[in-house]
Amino acid sequence: MDMTLSKEHQMVRQLFHEFAVKELEPWAEETDEKHRFPWENVRKMQSNGFMGIPFPRELGGQGCDTLAYILAVEEFAKVCATTSVILSAHTSLAADAIYIHGNDEQKEKFLRPLADGTKLGSFALTEPEAGTDAAGQQTKAVRDGEEWVINGSKIFITNGEVADIYIVFAMTDKSAGTRGISAFIIEKGTPGFSFGPPEKKMGIRGSSTCELVFEDCRIPIGNLLGREGKGFGIAMSILDGGRIGIAAQALGIAEGAFENTVNYVKERKQFNNPIAKFQNTQFMLAQMKTDIESARYLVYNAALMKDSGKPYSVEAAMAKLKSSQVAAEVTRECVQLHGGYGYIQSFQVERMMRDAKITEIYEGTSEVMKMVISGSVLR
Amino acid sequence: MNIVVCIKQVPDTKEVRIDPVKGTLIRQGVPSIMNPDDKSALEAALRLKDQKGARVIALSMGPLQADTVLREALAMGVDEAYLISDGAFGGADTWATSSTLAAAISKLDYDLVLTGRQAIDGDTAQVGPEIAEHLGIPHISYAEEIRIEGDTVVVKRQFEDRYQILSAKMPVLITALSELNQPRYMTPGGIFSAFREKEVARWTRADIPIDDANIGLKGSPTRVIATYPKQMKEPGTKIETGVDESVQYLLEKLKEKYIL
Repeated sequence: MDMTLSKEHQMVRQLFHEFAVKELEPWAEETDEKHRFPWENVRKMQSNGFMGIPFPRELGGQGCDTLAYILAVEEFAKVCATTSVILSAHTSLAADAIYIHGNDEQKEKFLRPLADGTKLGSFALTEPEAGTDAAGQQTKAVRDGEEWVINGSKIFITNGEVADIYIVFAMTDKSAGTRGISAFIIEKGTPGFSFGPPEKKMGIRGSSTCELVFEDCRIPIGNLLGREGKGFGIAMSILDGGRIGIAAQALGIAEGAFENTVNYVKERKQFNNPIAKFQNTQFMLAQMKTDIESARYLVYNAALMKDSGKPYSVEAAMAKLKSSQVAAEVTRECVQLHGGYGYIQSFQVERMMRDAKITEIYEGTSEVMKMVISGSVLR
Repeated sequence: MNIVVCIKQVPDTKEVRIDPVKGTLIRQGVPSIMNPDDKSALEAALRLKDQKGARVIALSMGPLQADTVLREALAMGVDEAYLISDGAFGGADTWATSSTLAAAISKLDYDLVLTGRQAIDGDTAQVGPEIAEHLGIPHISYAEEIRIEGDTVVVKRQFEDRYQILSAKMPVLITALSELNQPRYMTPGGIFSAFREKEVARWTRADIPIDDANIGLKGSPTRVIATYPKQMKEPGTKIETGVDESVQYLLEKLKEKYIL
């Protein structure tokens, strides 16, 4: 199989790289240190067409594909993991949910502003008692005439509070188990919809993560996404796509730390030699480079599978499992090669090591990825 | 309004090294980019398109790889792109280049021709004004601002210590400084469309109405006798004595070198 990027993919990568270095990198440290949501970055991504990369032009998107979008997440994650997850949650989880499962009216009303950069999206599945066991949803939706009434709360929601459009899952029939879960589109500003305080996190500190609270929140029946009772399947299928985004984020974090470290070991001298001259350094770099490239093939392959319309759930799980492991391991080794400086905040690898950890947890932990993969093996 | 923009693919001189023996550029492994001044000329054209409505045509002469900068131009928003590429045009100096470009432009319907001030690989700043001479139209160089008023172009022409406001009736050629603007990014969709939907038309020798005497190496009056890297100056001497002593020292040194 030929994994060489086409000319258009090479050029979009070059575009994202230039944008990342010029617009994102200068603010990455401050974004992390001050736990500040990078609105400037989001506005620039919006005005340059980066918020709707894989969606058709007729719906406000750019008419590219998953691979092009993945390259954006990867390039941005090399310099600022926070910005890359904002893009990933918006595109893979919120916008794609409406693109795949929305009706024409919903696509026009909700997908178009997400794809053309007017609005920001978010996806809310996790609850205090429903993490990996997503079927244990407590949030309820009750039909009342021409409205659904939502009650409950969601936690750890990426782009929470900053987003305009939320995909929210709730139980419409408790007795039906996973077949009683439905998906809804809820707009910020709807009465009864409020936010908890932002979480203070180990990494990706500039991204907004908070609780969503619904108290007798009434939404029109037209905001039901997909059919009633089909929410669990929608959540699982959308998370499959989201995992390719997180896998790309992890790949980018690993590459960013690696590039920083390659430069560092050429400069840093000990025993009168740059530490790059020592075989221990060389072997560590060799292993890291090999791990990064193996993750890259899995990530790009999963994106290509999604673009070709084939089932890609297992490929996405393998890409995320491997890529997040590589990100955690590579950033840890990069800190080690930096020695004491690696533990100091102003050296980027310190931030990257903290940022990498979440990729093993969110949008399905590594353990969930293993369940998906082993399930396909033992079928 | 039709605007023709001339763009050149150049080696990224930030990445270029000079062969110390031959004195030539080592181009191997050096990324190629759109010449920065040309990119500003292109951005100026696209802004006029946004404001007034215009058809923007990008033109480049170079090897087949120069297709890339024309795709970039398409991804930024130009309407048409032409690549003038033929072995017969190879080795051209500024005279042959400007003659060829002018002959190509004469085939097009144009009101305004925009070029960059100069290319970062040659730094001559000759090609733009020469094109205007060949076409028999006025030119305004070093543009820092461009405005259209009816059939007239008003340009702020920048010098080191002052500027001029000049106006000229179209058709006119303008050379742009990179200070003119901050070029826009390509859009992802623009890039996909540049490769999948749009075309870069190729013009070869047969397509350009020009005499053989004015093209390629043979049509180039410039003869390069030798090239050599600039020698770095030796570091200066810093004198940190009192004013009178320093002046005395300086006077002696100037006399020693027969400057005084």
